[in-house]
Amino acid sequence: MSAVMQNARLAKFARRKLTNTVALVLSLAAMSFGLFWLFWILFETIRLGIGGIAVATFTQMTPAPNEIGGLANAIYGSFLIVTMATFVGTPIGIMAGIYLAEYDPQGWLASLTRFVNDILLSAPSIVIGLFVYAVVVSQFKSYSGWAGVMALALIVIPVVIRTTENMLQLVPSALREAAYALGAPKWKVITAITLRAARAGVVTGVLLAVARIAGETAPLLFTALNNQFWNSDMSQPMASLPVTIFKFAMSPYENWQQLAWAGVFLITMAVLGLNILARILTRNKI
Amino acid sequence: MVANPTKIENPKISVKNLDFYYGKFKALKNINLEIPEKKVTAFIGPSGCGKSTLLRIFNRMYELYPEQRAEGEIMFEGENLLTSKKDVALIRSKVGMVFQKPTPFPMSIYDNISFGVKLFESLSSSDMDERVEWALRKAALWGEVKDKLNQNGASLSGGQQQRLCIARGVAIKPEVLLLDEPCSALDPISTAKIEELITELKNDYTVVIVTHNMQQAARCSDYTAYMYLGDLVEFGVTEDLFFKPTQKATEDYITGRFG
Repeated sequence: MSAVMQNARLAKFARRKLTNTVALVLSLAAMSFGLFWLFWILFETIRLGIGGIAVATFTQMTPAPNEIGGLANAIYGSFLIVTMATFVGTPIGIMAGIYLAEYDPQGWLASLTRFVNDILLSAPSIVIGLFVYAVVVSQFKSYSGWAGVMALALIVIPVVIRTTENMLQLVPSALREAAYALGAPKWKVITAITLRAARAGVVTGVLLAVARIAGETAPLLFTALNNQFWNSDMSQPMASLPVTIFKFAMSPYENWQQLAWAGVFLITMAVLGLNILARILTRNKI
Repeated sequence: MVANPTKIENPKISVKNLDFYYGKFKALKNINLEIPEKKVTAFIGPSGCGKSTLLRIFNRMYELYPEQRAEGEIMFEGENLLTSKKDVALIRSKVGMVFQKPTPFPMSIYDNISFGVKLFESLSSSDMDERVEWALRKAALWGEVKDKLNQNGASLSGGQQQRLCIARGVAIKPEVLLLDEPCSALDPISTAKIEELITELKNDYTVVIVTHNMQQAARCSDYTAYMYLGDLVEFGVTEDLFFKPTQKATEDYITGRFG
């Protein structure tokens, strides 16, 4: 190889190495920027929240200003509403996702559903809250846990539809063909093979949807409203953690602010836990 | 132009004047062919010649895709497969298929086998155990997996997975077994095992195999069909086709001058 050519190659190689370093530094900077805020939020949540965590937080009701109390009714209310919303929204979302991925992926109805679902997915949650207020709360003249469930289910559905469809699309068509080749009917192929192969991804989608609604405030403000007392009647107004946090954090009373931080801490930990669970579930699959 | 002097006694499948379309594209042109019972028939030819397409018509796999259609006649058990009113699942339970890439179902090795059996038979658990063992033995896999039947099918090696898929196909006791390039993703040792298996299988089943590998066709088939661009160029006893082909095109292909 001639010396000129050798030099040209080395120069090009040096430039490529430089580009590589610059790209690496920029990526690392972007990553640390994101992580910085995330850890700051976590740190503040823990620092301010952990002080409010006591046995009373889980056993006593939300107090009057400057009195001793806890978040028991809000935790219970959040738990009920989120659980019910997940139970309502998940089957609808999964079945719609199956329809989109397996039954009519190219049809006009599927295209329409996908389009509407995208709108629903990006709709501001306050719009959904107001919608449920208009069709449920103002009709029945009462705020209720059920109205809150409906609002949160409307947020769960599009998320689950989207992830279910995407996860089913990832299943190789060779697997479907193999099942059909044994003489399996379509519903059997979907339930026993396709859905099973996509199971981890679908469950992750549901968990992420739960994580999302666990912290939603706007849809509950006009629907479940709030309740100072322990209430397990879903047709009555219900307390929830996000709404309680909203109310307590805005107040001038120190004990309320302390409880608001405790609530923030609980929600953050719950969401973090769900995300970690989702990670573990998908780690070894697909 | 089709040279098909070979008369088959008691053909298991008879293909008559078969045309096949992918949308507007005509992928198979007037195919006439008879698949002999309890023999191994190989389809060879360069990529895109339609050999896999032809195979996938035998169990109506093409029906999964609405833009594909077949015209003509495929006689199987006294009935035209293409127009049969029988449930397609029943046809597929008699005409099994193993694909190019191993496709273990996301379940245990045991369930991979029992899945297909359960679709058509209600066996007691001891009968099912027996059937699973029988199928795995047929596929020469029993010895390797008998202690880990509860493990996920995906945990096996590629060659083992492919034998699992063959066992799965055999377990439902079909009459015809279609193999679509079953060794193309496998190493030579696994390939040798599967070829041995194919020879073994023809005692009980009619086997049709699509292969890119001419040596493989020569080694394990009794009859061979050479296809090119949607035409069946030549069909006959494997030895005849390889050693004294009647068509120039066949000779060019098998001697490596083309394809």
